[in-house]
Amino acid sequence: MALLEIKNLQVRVEEREILHGLTLTIDAGKVHAIMGPNGSGKSTLSHVIAGKPGYEVTGGEILFKGEDLLAMAPDERAAKGVFLAFQYPVEIPGVATMTFLRTALNAQRKARGEEEYSTPDFLKKVREISKQLNIPQDMLKRGVNVGFSGGEKKRNEVLQMALFQPSLCILDEMDSGLDIDALRIAADGVNALRSPERSMIVITHYQRLLNYIVPDVVHVMSKGRVVKSGGKELALELEASGYAQFEDAA
Amino acid sequence: MPAVQETVDRVRRIDVDQYRYGFETVIESEKAPKGLSEDTIRYISGKKNEPAWMLEWRLEAYRRWLTMTEPTWARVDYPKIDFQDLYYYSAPKPKKQLSSIDEIDPEILKTYEKLGIPLREVAILEGVEPKPGAGSPETRKIAVDAVFDSVSVATTFKEELKKAGVIFMPISEAIREHPELVQKYLGSVVPTSDNFYATLNSAVFSDGSFVYVPPGVRCPMELSTYFRINERNTGQFERTLIIADKGAYVSYLEGCTAPQRDENQLHAAVVELVAHDDAEIKYSTVQNWYPGNSEGVGGIYNFVTKRGDCRGNNSKISWTQVETGSAITWKYPSCILRGDNSRGEFYSIAISNGYQQVDSGTKMIHLGKNTSSRIISKGIAAGRSQNTYRGLVTAHRKATGARNFTACDSLLIGDRCGAHTVPYIEAKNSSATFEHEATTSKISEDVLFYCIQRGLSQEEAVGLVVNGFVKDVLQQLPMEFAVEAQKLISISLEGSVG
Repeated sequence: MALLEIKNLQVRVEEREILHGLTLTIDAGKVHAIMGPNGSGKSTLSHVIAGKPGYEVTGGEILFKGEDLLAMAPDERAAKGVFLAFQYPVEIPGVATMTFLRTALNAQRKARGEEEYSTPDFLKKVREISKQLNIPQDMLKRGVNVGFSGGEKKRNEVLQMALFQPSLCILDEMDSGLDIDALRIAADGVNALRSPERSMIVITHYQRLLNYIVPDVVHVMSKGRVVKSGGKELALELEASGYAQFEDAA
Repeated sequence: MPAVQETVDRVRRIDVDQYRYGFETVIESEKAPKGLSEDTIRYISGKKNEPAWMLEWRLEAYRRWLTMTEPTWARVDYPKIDFQDLYYYSAPKPKKQLSSIDEIDPEILKTYEKLGIPLREVAILEGVEPKPGAGSPETRKIAVDAVFDSVSVATTFKEELKKAGVIFMPISEAIREHPELVQKYLGSVVPTSDNFYATLNSAVFSDGSFVYVPPGVRCPMELSTYFRINERNTGQFERTLIIADKGAYVSYLEGCTAPQRDENQLHAAVVELVAHDDAEIKYSTVQNWYPGNSEGVGGIYNFVTKRGDCRGNNSKISWTQVETGSAITWKYPSCILRGDNSRGEFYSIAISNGYQQVDSGTKMIHLGKNTSSRIISKGIAAGRSQNTYRGLVTAHRKATGARNFTACDSLLIGDRCGAHTVPYIEAKNSSATFEHEATTSKISEDVLFYCIQRGLSQEEAVGLVVNGFVKDVLQQLPMEFAVEAQKLISISLEGSVG
């Protein structure tokens, strides 16, 4: 069954059209990679799904679990299970990571009409996950992402993904700024979250990441459209021949 | 960008509906005739059964005040105040002489109950986690002095404090019962000639709190005064005097609210602190006077002079303030570092929204040797408010080894507000080390979106970011005030995001 259906999506930013009728369907449990050159609209797509302000949808629709996603406020989408792992996670000085995690988790649970976690249950859960991701406890006491290395920031994103258990994870250029060891730790964390109910969109320029997070489907985007889709071998093909061949197709 | 616009729009909708202390207590009161003259002062002094020296002191201040003009250097703008159109004294009409708290007008007790101020002698910390080293909750009590318009209506835990030798009572009582202490210290930090508003206060002050902690005594509980302006067209002029004798320690909290009214009300208080050798005074304020409505109508004019004198060697005075209320705030809690090795601290959170105008900061005056001071100021401006930090750090030529560290951070929400920093730094001794850091930032839409993407509402996101911004200062407050302050910050900014 389709978890996410994007139909003929047209998006503008300040009068300039970035997505010109993009169509994409993602089934539950599948991992889709979206590749493409700079400026092809990959990040715009991830932002529009998450509801980031500043984008004007001029046509098309997005259905998430059969519901009209574009009609929901961004925090509502988060509570419904949309998670965006940011390319550049922001720093929030003075707000301890632990406080942030708890506030966010309880806000989502409240929005879904679920009970808030008790402090011991919450702490136990966070400790468990952070151990798996090799996140030291003192990092959780520091301000959100303040003074974190690139690798720590990305691990913190994966930690939140594991904690919130979203049904759709969008990873926006998770590999940017990571060395190979940091990449492996983050990817292992992501792979541990793969399940028949959870879908993922992995946005990347490079095939390298897809060695660690192996996709079911690969799409190539160019100039605001999906120009080619295929299996994981498509990524290897791109690595060899580059994006130039698609520039004309778009 | 839509989100930017949305946040800004919501900021603009800030309304007085957010002010939860805006109710009025209907009660019979006794007032001095409107306006200010020597007769008004004689009336007030007479009401308080004051000795002749006190009346003389007041009259001298009044005559001095007549020769003074209102200061205009602050970055605040308001119509001229007609000082003859105000009541200078208003007291709840007593039914008879009060001998216990049970005889206080139930309406007044109800008012304080509504405000969450316990006047009954109960420990208020039940179920709250104690700060490490602060003792168990059942032993932590707060003594409260409640000032309603011009008079103190109740002071709790008097007996228990007396056992420790601590004097905590309305200043009107102290004038009668401890004239030697009052005469020695009153006006010794803020002289009657100090400034326009302090001089006015000296002439007409009606009540306030008096604290004396004897040598070597650590005050066994937090002391607190709660000020409430109720009466219409009435100025509130309270006077607080706190003395920590050699080696003494006291922590004092002050809270303030007022009803919601269309006309502006004047509040001109004076606070004097004296710390002798090795003594320490910690003074915390949560100021939440009515700020006026969304059009900038009404609200309290808050012109306050607060000054601490580190008179003895190794003494320490620490000011912590959370300022969210008042239409206009003009307030510079200061420290005179007279004793050698004395230390002054100023921690401040000033939040302005709607049409509020804040001009606040501190003065650290280094006179003794090896004195040090620290200033941490966090200003948050939203709506159409103007928020100014004004500070003076100065080292006298004999103040060898003076040190100061200042950090002023401002956060802007929306694009119609302003944050300003006006530091004055003077070092007349070449061994002084003064450091000043200042930042101004806008609340970032990227940070807000990150929080919202994780499930927080816009409002929760702003609250979280702001609380992070002010964390260094909140940590300085006694715990029970920190919790209140945190709530207050969220309420003050509630309108800023819907």
